Amino acid sequence: MRIVCPFCGERELGEFTYLGDAKPQRPAADASEDAVYDYVYLRDNIAGVMSEHWYHGGGCRSWLKITRNTLTHEISTVEPAAGAGAAKVGA
Amino acid sequence: MKYSIFSLARAALSGHKNWQRTWRDATPKDRYDVVVIGGGGHGLATAWFLASEHGIRNVAVLEKGWIGSGNAGRNTTIIRSNYGLPGNTGFYELSMKLWERMEQDLNYNTMVSQRGVINLYHSDAQRDAYARRGNTMRINGIDAELLDLAAVKKMMPFLNFDNARFPVQGGLLQRRGGTARHDAVVWGYAHAASALGVDIIQNCEVTGFVRDANGKVTGVETSRGRIGAGKVGMAVAGSSSRVASMAGLRLPIESHVLQAFVSEAIKPLLPNVMTFGAGHFYVSQSDKGGLVFGGDIDGYNSYAQRGNMPVMEDVCEGGMALMPMIGRVRLLRQWGGVMDMSMDGTPIIDKTPVDGLYLNAGWCYGGFKATPGSGFVFAHLLARDESHEEAARFRLDRFRRGAAIDEKGVGAQPNLH
Repeated sequence: MRIVCPFCGERELGEFTYLGDAKPQRPAADASEDAVYDYVYLRDNIAGVMSEHWYHGGGCRSWLKITRNTLTHEISTVEPAAGAGAAKVGA
Repeated sequence: MKYSIFSLARAALSGHKNWQRTWRDATPKDRYDVVVIGGGGHGLATAWFLASEHGIRNVAVLEKGWIGSGNAGRNTTIIRSNYGLPGNTGFYELSMKLWERMEQDLNYNTMVSQRGVINLYHSDAQRDAYARRGNTMRINGIDAELLDLAAVKKMMPFLNFDNARFPVQGGLLQRRGGTARHDAVVWGYAHAASALGVDIIQNCEVTGFVRDANGKVTGVETSRGRIGAGKVGMAVAGSSSRVASMAGLRLPIESHVLQAFVSEAIKPLLPNVMTFGAGHFYVSQSDKGGLVFGGDIDGYNSYAQRGNMPVMEDVCEGGMALMPMIGRVRLLRQWGGVMDMSMDGTPIIDKTPVDGLYLNAGWCYGGFKATPGSGFVFAHLLARDESHEEAARFRLDRFRRGAAIDEKGVGAQPNLH
């Protein structure tokens, strides 16, 4: 797998760190215990196309949102993850 | 078919041409008391213990490919019970004891080799942590020895003892640990279960669950038709989320890829199973002479059964740090398996919220050593509707209760376990 970083170009996988599924959203501070349990522990664990967060620690140190197929490792889109600590992107 | 010195001699005299199939390749019946999904080691062991321990013989094991085609045939064959947390310690020792009598129980040579497992330590802090784990094991009646540098040098004089950054200081040794022949474990359980009447059904993929008006699971839809069941047990680690989703369940599991490697055959070198404590590298030598080794999971969700180069490089670096001479050895094969990475690094063996459906999942990358224990406690759960005492902490609701069993202490980030 190689990832085309929108800031650095095509780079090898070893420069990137994986966070996971981009779908779970942190519940509000006053959310129910169920909502927090769901967010922290439960996963769709998709077999197919999945949107996920990666960190380019060996390059521009931006958080990226990558669409990737978990069955084939094929990457279809790479874009900056808005607001999620991106080094060079405004929210 | 019963194996003995006499059957071996008979077969030898006839040029080994009269060996018979060791298990029946069955066609599905309309209904079974228990249907086990997954014809890997865990599923077959479950079926055998249901038949042998609980007298439940109207059992089917459904396998979408051929038996042992998943992680049972893709691991590094290590067996051990050197765990430190309550829940794990007792369970893995139960499994270890079942390994020790497996060949007699199954009448099958699974090549269990108690050659010892040694975890090397490289700092004072790591020595203290290993001493604590060893003491935990000994308090629980499990063998453990803390070796100093001189003892490790005597046992493995070929290691690199001049590594300034990660000096070998000693190791924690479990002499009863070792390896077993992974394929033979699958065939052995199939052999013994089939002899007790269990139907092993291959090329039979589960495509859905049959539910009654109350939502209870009463069978499965498969690529070979509908099969009724009193109870359904899932032992499909790697694909647990996919199968559970057919019953509307979401699990605290992510599927990740783990790679393993084998080198070309070399003369006998390694006397045991060894792990590098400053990176992630574990290695043993197969009876054919190849070094069988592995390391971390790749770190991203995957169902692809193949990994990537960075982890391969990392694993080989770990090997080189300990045994620089293996740099001359060529890598023969490399492969990947799909792991059920649970949120605390510990398995789940429990009833599900769906009546009639039982779960055996979340083995992370430690499932092989657990094979007999997993089958034993899952059969207990399926037969008696209550957890075995050694699996009582492997509950599905432990995350919600704050009772996670996090041996590595990294929290709900599956790719770090």
